[in-house]
Amino acid sequence: MELLNLNIPSWSDMASWIPEAVLAGTFLVALVGDLVVRGRRTWLPFAITVFGLVTAGSYAVAAVLHADPTAHSIMGKLMVVDGMAGFFRLLFIFTGLATVLFAWTSEEIMGHKRENKGEFYYLTALMTLAMCVMAEARDLLMLFLSMEGVGLVSYVMAGYMRTSLRSTEASLKYVIFGAVSSAIMLYGLSLLYGMTGSLTFAGIRAGLLAGAANPFGLLTAAVLILVGMSYKIAAVPFHYWAPDVYEGAPTPISALFSVGPKAAGFALMIRFFYTTLAAGNDPATGSTLIADFNWPLLVAVMSAATMIYANLVALRQTNVKRLLAYSSISHVGYILMGFVLLTGQGLQAILFYLLVYTFMNLGAFFFVVAINNHLKSEDLQDYVGLGFRAPWAGAMMVIFLGSLAGIPPFAGFVGKLYLFTAVMDKQWFWLVIVAAVNSVIGLYYYFKVVKAMFLTRPAEGADTSPLKLHWLQYTVLGVLTVPTLVLGIYFGQFKALADQAIALMTVHM
Amino acid sequence: MGEHILSWMTFFPVIGAAVIAFIPSERKEIIKTVAAAAAAVPLILAVQLFVNFDRGTAAMQFVEHYTWIKSFNIEYFMGIDGLSVPMVLLTALLSFLCIIASWNIAKATKGYFALFLILEAAMMGVFCALDFFLFYLFWELMLLPMYFLIGIWGGPRREYAAIKFFLYTLAGSVLMLLAMIAFYLNVQDPTTGGHTFNMLYMMDQSNHSQWLQMTNIRHLLWIGLFIGFAIKVPIFPFHTWLPDAHVEAPTAVSVILAGVLLKMGTYGILRISYPILPDAAVWFSYALAIMGAINILYGAYCAMAQTDMKKLVAYSSISHMGYVLLGMAAFTTAGINGAVLQMFNHGTITAMMFLCVGVVYDRAHTREINGFGGLGMQMPLYTSFFSFALFAAIGLPGLSGFVSEAMIFIGAFPVYRTVAMISALGIIIGAAYVLWMLQRVFLGPKNDKWDSLPDINAREMFTLVPIGIIVLVLGVYPMPVLDLMRVSLNHLIKVVAG
Repeated sequence: MELLNLNIPSWSDMASWIPEAVLAGTFLVALVGDLVVRGRRTWLPFAITVFGLVTAGSYAVAAVLHADPTAHSIMGKLMVVDGMAGFFRLLFIFTGLATVLFAWTSEEIMGHKRENKGEFYYLTALMTLAMCVMAEARDLLMLFLSMEGVGLVSYVMAGYMRTSLRSTEASLKYVIFGAVSSAIMLYGLSLLYGMTGSLTFAGIRAGLLAGAANPFGLLTAAVLILVGMSYKIAAVPFHYWAPDVYEGAPTPISALFSVGPKAAGFALMIRFFYTTLAAGNDPATGSTLIADFNWPLLVAVMSAATMIYANLVALRQTNVKRLLAYSSISHVGYILMGFVLLTGQGLQAILFYLLVYTFMNLGAFFFVVAINNHLKSEDLQDYVGLGFRAPWAGAMMVIFLGSLAGIPPFAGFVGKLYLFTAVMDKQWFWLVIVAAVNSVIGLYYYFKVVKAMFLTRPAEGADTSPLKLHWLQYTVLGVLTVPTLVLGIYFGQFKALADQAIALMTVHM
Repeated sequence: MGEHILSWMTFFPVIGAAVIAFIPSERKEIIKTVAAAAAAVPLILAVQLFVNFDRGTAAMQFVEHYTWIKSFNIEYFMGIDGLSVPMVLLTALLSFLCIIASWNIAKATKGYFALFLILEAAMMGVFCALDFFLFYLFWELMLLPMYFLIGIWGGPRREYAAIKFFLYTLAGSVLMLLAMIAFYLNVQDPTTGGHTFNMLYMMDQSNHSQWLQMTNIRHLLWIGLFIGFAIKVPIFPFHTWLPDAHVEAPTAVSVILAGVLLKMGTYGILRISYPILPDAAVWFSYALAIMGAINILYGAYCAMAQTDMKKLVAYSSISHMGYVLLGMAAFTTAGINGAVLQMFNHGTITAMMFLCVGVVYDRAHTREINGFGGLGMQMPLYTSFFSFALFAAIGLPGLSGFVSEAMIFIGAFPVYRTVAMISALGIIIGAAYVLWMLQRVFLGPKNDKWDSLPDINAREMFTLVPIGIIVLVLGVYPMPVLDLMRVSLNHLIKVVAG
């Protein structure tokens, strides 16, 4: 019934959605533009996409700086633009823009014998839009639609290299796993709707608080939904698709996958589970509902399993791209630590970690893109001596990897520190110890890459000529390096952004 | 520079490293000169520190205290007392001399000196930081440059040694990290009522929460911190990274490793574990004394079996750090003062030994003890320097090692009679391995292979002479260093042992 209850939107509500409107427009204009030039002049869709993302981004920045405390309803109760949506929107647009810029210099995207290279650019714009909507959904229908939206674009993008076996296989795997998990999640959603009779998150919460569900029914629904979302964020044991897809897809697209949809999945999980289950308005007190069915233990076990499994498997990888794929799974494990108790402190730590993770993970993947242009390989053996062939880029890669490993003075350490503190504050010691042990394991495989690049001496006769990167690549890597360093020693303001995003998240209405 | 002397000492090398990053890599002489200048400034400031340090108070001096990250209660809080001053002086001195000793580094000169300067900054920061977060930041900042210095400029097994060092130390520091978070959450800032990283607040037991007052928790936290520091010292059985790292590292890096890095472990115990968890320190003290004895004997026996000079010196370091532990465990005035003095003396003496090993290795490209013989005739000046260092290491009266070891035994004997007696055997074994090496390398028939080895040169002497003078002076008159630390350490004993 709520669907029909559309009220007339106010101007300020609509204005808060300008970035999304710009993104939608960008997609359409770039699509038409690409058709007009018949896929030959790729610079046109590229330029349109960059322009659109920059425009949308400036609106998004202005919105975050403005810190508008009111939540704007979009399309009735389907979506909401609030502080949290604003935070994630900025993250997604930044990710999209960085990916588009870097892809422009990537041989995998631009050098591939393929028509319609412009497709990549407007699909990225569309994906950015869908991810923004994921962070804004507050209705089961919109939740499902936005997830499927991101999924569909991802399936197409994973198969970007149509003639490549790896790429097509990646795409197919993605589709099959995606379809199954969507079905499971949909079943959970239908149970929840059946029990509470409401589609909106707030309505579901009201229904649950009124005692609409028995603990077992709630547990079943929550677990099924969690499974569907775990697939999106690639948490163990629903991660199987991730390494193959990341390895098979062109690297710039893997970079996007490892950051964008993952963060969007977390945004959706935060809004959905926090609104429906952690019912208290006070972020500090946490929740009462989750205590009914042992939610914390469920998530804690998943978090620990994700970290342990991904880190152990990563140890044995010899392909840098695949190694980074497992590394990004292990980071999901760390981030899930903040999700255990659904407290404000934990969620703030998640947001800050996602911010840091975006910079460092994109940086590491982009370095692989840049090297792939020259070496046509992601094999660890071919990375030998790279540090001396491209010293500046190599130094930046060390910073990204060090940050991923979580050692000071890089941003990744601060992200972990906040997560650890949030969990320790609630006395979940075993989980913190598991995470601490895992950071030591992580160091080993991240530094396997550093070792190849700087320590191992190249064999006799190996190519040791200097590698020159495209100026755009240096620029984007530099732009990612600065926050990876700065957030390691001066993070007060940025943590405040994450705190504000959680504080301004609306759970009512 | 007067106001912010500690910050200048810590961050001036970083400025030097930044400058070096922008010098073209072919201009090696300029790079080396800039590096030497950047390391000379902290040394000059250290002299100023030595002159101006007030020896009559246990309070922190040269304090710099600013808010850094308000929302997480992190402060930029630097200051030194009698415990840190000797370490700060040692760091400034050895870093400068090591830059000079590295003059022959030909491979990737730019990267080497830039990393070395960052390493110096991190070490200095560890000894000056009074905010736990800041301390941890510097503590970890050291790892990355060290990893590269061993891994790129090291010997044949450098890759293995570098990652082993890194993993061991990181495993220790994550335990320290967890303990740090536990302290953060359970110590109350008396002025604001919030959480705090301020070490001085942590040392005040009345700020501890109920949870932190539980004996089991305190013991657990003590052990967590202890393992973190023990890996650095290194205490048996966490020591296995040390011989590998030492053997593979280039000479100057070995000097820093043995001279400064190992002291961070014992410094950490004295600066953090003792005053924050004094009851746990007393609970653990007997075990600590026994660990000290094991280190002394085990290190000495291992040293005896070595045929590689550098490995021998590395194991002798393990043995000598054992004396520090024994003195620390005693909680007597002589014991703790002796321990900190031993930290300083071991830093200077081992530095001399490693520099001497480096001199012969540069020329002969081998460190095999049995491959030498009769070097005393070939390189008489060098022989006298090396013998001087070795005699200092076995604690010959008149040289500084004797004073600190004697103080440690005087301090430990009344408390742990048996342990001290067994430990004293280490001195005899120490004399044995040192003299035996001396005999095999410098005495006996001359090996014709080494006929063309030139004697020690002026640059090498420049690095050895200042340390030699310090060793000699402190052997006769140790008061300049003892005066620095006495008041602070007596205060520490009062805190711990009541």
